[in-house]
Amino acid sequence: MNHTRPMPDRPRRLLLASAVAIGCGVAWRPAHALSDVLSAVLRKYTGGAPTREGKVKFDIAPLVENGNTVPITVTVDSPMTASEHVQAIAVFNEKNPQRDVIVCTLTPRVGRASVSTRIRLATSQQLVAVAKLSDGSYWTHTVDVVVTLAACIE
Amino acid sequence: MARTLIHAPATARKGEVVEIRTLIGHTMESGYRAGSDGRTLPRDIIRRFTCRYNSEVVFSADFYPAIAANPYLAFFVTADSSGSFTFTWEGDNGFAQTESATITVT
Amino acid sequence: MISRVATLAWLLASAGALAQTTGEARRSGFDTMSPALRAMQRDDQQNPGMLWVADGEVLWNKIFGISFSCASCHRDARKSMRGVAARYPDWDPIDKKPVDLTQRINLCRTRHQLVLPLPPESEEMLSLEAYVAYQSRGMSLAPSTATELEAPRARGRRLYEQRIGQLNLSCSLCHDQLAGHVLAGATIPQGHVNGYPTYRLEWQGLGTLQRRIRNCLSGVRAEPPPFDSDEMIELELYLAQRGAGLPVEAPAVRP
Repeated sequence: MNHTRPMPDRPRRLLLASAVAIGCGVAWRPAHALSDVLSAVLRKYTGGAPTREGKVKFDIAPLVENGNTVPITVTVDSPMTASEHVQAIAVFNEKNPQRDVIVCTLTPRVGRASVSTRIRLATSQQLVAVAKLSDGSYWTHTVDVVVTLAACIE
Repeated sequence: MARTLIHAPATARKGEVVEIRTLIGHTMESGYRAGSDGRTLPRDIIRRFTCRYNSEVVFSADFYPAIAANPYLAFFVTADSSGSFTFTWEGDNGFAQTESATITVT
Repeated sequence: MISRVATLAWLLASAGALAQTTGEARRSGFDTMSPALRAMQRDDQQNPGMLWVADGEVLWNKIFGISFSCASCHRDARKSMRGVAARYPDWDPIDKKPVDLTQRINLCRTRHQLVLPLPPESEEMLSLEAYVAYQSRGMSLAPSTATELEAPRARGRRLYEQRIGQLNLSCSLCHDQLAGHVLAGATIPQGHVNGYPTYRLEWQGLGTLQRRIRNCLSGVRAEPPPFDSDEMIELELYLAQRGAGLPVEAPAVRP
């Protein structure tokens, strides 16, 4: 008779469950853990050779206003000498119709391993930039990007 | 002939690392878009960019449909000798365009 | 789409409490863009709109028709066109009606160069318009003060404030009262016209203000008036005054 609760039982459980689910939904994959899709793409690109995070900096806005044109810059820490340089820089995506974005081939005469371009992103997703060094090693940087759309689309 | 805008320095000191920036007008039709009649528009993209420095390839890139329309590409080159840069874009439907820029290295 | 409408409905329901005064400081759409897009606009080497400006310079000097290029009469555009885009739309005393920059270029073609007008949003028209508008870059939007423009401008203002379309929205609701709020992840801009013609990422190309207004009208599920209709020009007139004082950014980059 005097059972006054702040909130009835069932809705409260539902609310708690949703909060936990949302919390899990956000945190189920820690930032920069490579998705299965991108892991497979990288394996194919490197021919099975292992990749390591580091040396590569993938510059892209975390929140993108329009996925049609997204500026990116990939920079690799390398002296770019004849004996030690970047041979290739590639970018792959997770959720576009096709995984490849760009593959650049560099020579020591490039001087500085930094490439800028503009890409298309179909939706919010993960991207990876991979650099192949002259010593045969592969280095990566993975980013997560949220893509929004202009409100009045044509 | 597509429009291009190229920024390459006309002069540089020997050994200086210079930035080259290129912009070319091209729709880069991805091959995944539907036209107003509902049918998929066929792919029509630039597939390859090459930069030659005094006839030697120093930098090249393979473009895929995920490269945005009117492709912008910026990269670096070490200025080691006077001469010229030649930039080539090749793509679907026989697209081919070449531009060049001279450089004086002191 | 349904969730967007629901979000909008919720925003409008609270619009009363959150309404911003129309006297608030005018902010260009540039200010609401990310640093990456601002850099894209500022750097002439990265700004895709500059491809059209470069083409426009070629067309400016090209001889059309019997023997006239734009340069034949207007000489160096850097001098003669400075301030033009900042002033338009303006009154045309011959046809006795307001005209925007696109129409003015076509009037030059038909009256003086004796050639056919260019179709709206055609590559040649966009290039010429981009080149002309570029000459006013950095100047403040300073709409023409011709007294004949007052009545059409007032009509444009009424159109701006009128609810239209299946979504029953007016320009004023979103761009005056709700500017700065977020709709479907994108910040609602004040919707100024200081950047036209604009390279809009959504278009993956350059376009005029009329094209952009048509997008807005489709967005509220209203039938867009035809290109160059009276309503379009009247709306452009009002919008130019509404944004007076903002710097011309043509060719701007917008999402």
